[in-house]
Amino acid sequence: MANVSIMTFNILSILPILTLAGFGMIVLLVDILSSRKLGEKNLLAYLSLMGIIVAAILARNSTGTTLFSFNESFAIDNYSLFFNFIFLLSTGLVILISHSYIKREEINHGEYYALILFSTIGMMLMASGADLLNIYIGLEVMSISIYILTGFKRSKLISNEASLKYFLLGAFATGFLLYGISLVYGSTGAINLKQIAGFIADKGSISNPLLLMGMALIIIGLGFKVASVPFHAWVPDVYEGAPTTITAFMSVGPKAAAFAAFLRILMTAFGATHYEWQKIIYILALLTMTVGNVVAIAQTNVKRMLAYSSIAHAGYLLIALVAANDMGMSSVLFYILAYTFMNIGALAIVIIVSQKGDEFIQIHDFAGLGFKHPGLAVAMSLFMLSMAGIPPTAGFVGKFYIFSAAIKSGYIGLAVIGVINSVISVFYYLRIMVIMYMKEPTRDFNPLTLSPLIVVAIVLSVIGTLHLGIFPSKIMEIAQQSILILK
Amino acid sequence: MLNLVALILLFPLIGTVINGLAGKRLKKETVGYIACGAIGLSFLVSILVFCGLLLLPPQERLFEKELFSWIESGSFKAAAGLQVDPLSGIMILIVTGVGLLIHIYSTGYMHEDKGYHRYFCYLNLFTFSMLLLVLGNNFLLMFIGWEAVGLCSYLLIGFWYNKKSASNAAKKAFIVNRVGDFGFILGIMLIFLSFRSIDFTEVFHAASQGTFAVGSFALTLITLLLFMGATGKSAQIPLYTWLPDAMEGPTPVSALIHAATMVTAGVYMIARCNILYMLSPFTMTIVASIGAVTALFAASIGLVQNDIKRVLAYSTISQLGYMFLACGVGAFTAGIFHLMTHAFFKALLFLGSGSVIHAMSGEQDMRKMGGLRRHIPITYKTFLIGTIAIAGIPPFAGFFSKDEIVLESLARGNFFYWSIAIVTSLFTAFYMFRLLFITFHGKSRADHHVMEHLHESPKSMTFPLMVLAGLSSLGGFLGIPGANIMSHFLAPVFGEQGHHTEISGREAGVHHSEGHPYLMMIISTAIAILGIFIAYHLYVKKPELPKILAERFRFIYKLLLNKYYVDEMYDILFVKSLKKISVMLWKHVDTQIIDGSVNGVARLIGRFGDILRFLQTGYVRNYAFYIVLGCIFVIVLTALGK
Repeated sequence: MANVSIMTFNILSILPILTLAGFGMIVLLVDILSSRKLGEKNLLAYLSLMGIIVAAILARNSTGTTLFSFNESFAIDNYSLFFNFIFLLSTGLVILISHSYIKREEINHGEYYALILFSTIGMMLMASGADLLNIYIGLEVMSISIYILTGFKRSKLISNEASLKYFLLGAFATGFLLYGISLVYGSTGAINLKQIAGFIADKGSISNPLLLMGMALIIIGLGFKVASVPFHAWVPDVYEGAPTTITAFMSVGPKAAAFAAFLRILMTAFGATHYEWQKIIYILALLTMTVGNVVAIAQTNVKRMLAYSSIAHAGYLLIALVAANDMGMSSVLFYILAYTFMNIGALAIVIIVSQKGDEFIQIHDFAGLGFKHPGLAVAMSLFMLSMAGIPPTAGFVGKFYIFSAAIKSGYIGLAVIGVINSVISVFYYLRIMVIMYMKEPTRDFNPLTLSPLIVVAIVLSVIGTLHLGIFPSKIMEIAQQSILILK
Repeated sequence: MLNLVALILLFPLIGTVINGLAGKRLKKETVGYIACGAIGLSFLVSILVFCGLLLLPPQERLFEKELFSWIESGSFKAAAGLQVDPLSGIMILIVTGVGLLIHIYSTGYMHEDKGYHRYFCYLNLFTFSMLLLVLGNNFLLMFIGWEAVGLCSYLLIGFWYNKKSASNAAKKAFIVNRVGDFGFILGIMLIFLSFRSIDFTEVFHAASQGTFAVGSFALTLITLLLFMGATGKSAQIPLYTWLPDAMEGPTPVSALIHAATMVTAGVYMIARCNILYMLSPFTMTIVASIGAVTALFAASIGLVQNDIKRVLAYSTISQLGYMFLACGVGAFTAGIFHLMTHAFFKALLFLGSGSVIHAMSGEQDMRKMGGLRRHIPITYKTFLIGTIAIAGIPPFAGFFSKDEIVLESLARGNFFYWSIAIVTSLFTAFYMFRLLFITFHGKSRADHHVMEHLHESPKSMTFPLMVLAGLSSLGGFLGIPGANIMSHFLAPVFGEQGHHTEISGREAGVHHSEGHPYLMMIISTAIAILGIFIAYHLYVKKPELPKILAERFRFIYKLLLNKYYVDEMYDILFVKSLKKISVMLWKHVDTQIIDGSVNGVARLIGRFGDILRFLQTGYVRNYAFYIVLGCIFVIVLTALGK
């Protein structure tokens, strides 16, 4: 254990994380010290936003560096940087859409923002984790905050139920992950991804069944977090029960973090045994897309529909994982960024249109939105078109990259199934547009849950969705540079 | 200066966005200023860019600017790049210049319309799309512009969508164009398959290096498919039927889209791909023949029409036929030259007819006009200039460009093309002066109600007329034989084949002396004067004669008046029979087999969804059980792999 003695304790490398932690605690303090009247918590939202901006600026300073600190367990590289920006962006957007929503739902408690910030810290740890334990710790930090946030509507049974379900199943799945990690450690003597890779390279890949078993269990644990079928059953119930802002939050950030860890573990540690995991992920991808899309058709609740849609999108991302080539890896990064904009944007519209107590979130409640509030309807249509993968939106380009990556690696069948799934998905995305524009309004939509902040979030999402759809090459280039470290 | 090229596109787009989003709340004047200002700025930048092009030495006059690359995947690269060369340089000047005049005219013509902002939003969008079409440096961008102008054309033909005939005409235009566009996109796909690129420079370079032999099957197919697109957009046989109906749109729209710019897109496209076309002689013969036949065919229909705009519509089809004839015999310069002069005088004629219609309180039937020359003198004078220009009387613009085509059709083509060109020229002079005489001369046949409201149009409408009249008078001097500025300017694009009639004529073995062109000029002038004389005799001297002639040649008259019954034929051949087949397919195949299977699949998916939803029990113990099942599955899979 010679290397333990030379601890590289580089505090600067975790400066963005420390910043977020600091701001999270300041938010808690301010909340306690200020009067506890509802409706005066604007300050907390601004503080949290400031924390995110400061963290983003600090993170930006490390552009282009590749650095391993804390005994090679923490990686600062373009890859983690790209994901950190996605996390910060999604968290920022969620805070923007939260402000008016938590007031409406009377859950305007200070720890709301603090927990979101803490959860983001967990995500950043996962993306930077260069060994399995660090990734595991990140995952726990992220998840525990979200368990609490899911049940944040304390007086609502459905919210409590969602929280408990998520917690129980999450703990169950984490058990698999941890067991997998210990099996891998047991068979290789290492938790560091590079050392595991080195061990496999020395000994040959399939020599040890325990190692493979460990890898399979890790895939199951992370498969739960990215909501792949058959580990997805929690998703609809939890997404529906959680406050809508938290639905937006957990459909993007944690999923991105899980994919970040997934990709890094599979490519860096188990790159040599890719035949082994490719066939597992192949089947998971197939099931995930198909189940997600097919069941989404049967939904009448917009939040549940978007929950299944998010399962389906995870399925597309798994295709890129199967492809395991440069284009596949970079398209994961691109697609998650695209998904951040379109999904948070769509849920922001759901928040605006719904009423106190999350009323009016059935699909038919959108009837006539196109006549009453054309601006909102246009934005929603854009997000739906993007999710369905129709140009010139981000979703189209993302799917284009993913499917061409699959074709490049020879998985033509999987790409074809992906395209068929896209076609199925068009049905339920366009149904929302049909209802918005072709059905007479049944209600007057008032009062809208509007605030300047949520408008900013929607405008940003629209710009992002269009920008990535029309000028994708620049971001794709950055994504391609970011994944170089994995090889 | 060339770097400014993107601004040419940007201004009309900004105009569209502003008028589209906020036009409803703006004052009419503001909407007009924004729309005209956008095109005006675009025109100014076009002039700058054009000057920048002139400053370069002739052989280096090709400027490409890649704005951004959209998608790259393997060998497929879709980039948004613009290209300025002499050909697109001329086109942007025509589009923005004529476009600006028509925008100004529209502020007067559309002033009372409720959809004022919507109109200008579409018009700006059209200009943007047309500029995209001519500036794009690859086939994909050209196709996007191609489709976008089609969309704008649809929106503007059906601008008065409450009118059944207008919305029908819009649909007809859109559907007929679909047939052509289908060929066009197949052609582009085939280009990508053959050349592994859709970039103009790369494709044309490869083609000029002899990648494909002259007359090879691939090239012939590509060029034919592209030409199929051109017949749709540029209203040639057999896809011309939509253009006369398109006159349902506001008259300035007819002037801009269905005379001066959009319909010339096909000619532009063929001129752009001249290298490909020169390599496929078979296609060239088809292009020339279709052009020639269309020219004559449409002109003959124009002889007897009574609706002032319909005469001009058939005249447009006929003139486009001339341009295709020129391209088909390899005289691309002549084609583009005629495209330009035609843009001037046809825009003038359409706008003039708009001014007439405006004065006549919306009347379009020439039989109810007459004697207007005293009431609307400016319109009359400018219209007269336009008529002389199109009839081909020297030294007006149409003379030089048409004469060059007539000349080339003999020098590079054959006697057959030449005789059709000459007969068409006779017809053209006749029907245009017939229109002029019936409308402006003689006694008024309008009812006194209309006569009371008779007035000259406002300045905003007469000013563009005067400018266009000036251009129609003088535009021809850019291409006078001996000092052909056009042909020298376009030489880098069309290479050696595009000009020097004499040389190529000799190469082709056609024997003619230097004096020959002048003889030709005299012949065509004489023909034009003959046409005018006949029209004068029939409609001014002896106005009772046309009726007698119509009686005597009843069959021909009816045939022409009913446009050879082509619409009816298409109706029986395609529309009715397709409808019959469709109904049959619908009743039997669709409802039973397809609907059955689609509904079956949908039901199956739905059933599947229901089953899966049934699994969503809400009990944590069930969910955990699924995880365990999944876990067993994954482990078994891993174990099996060993």
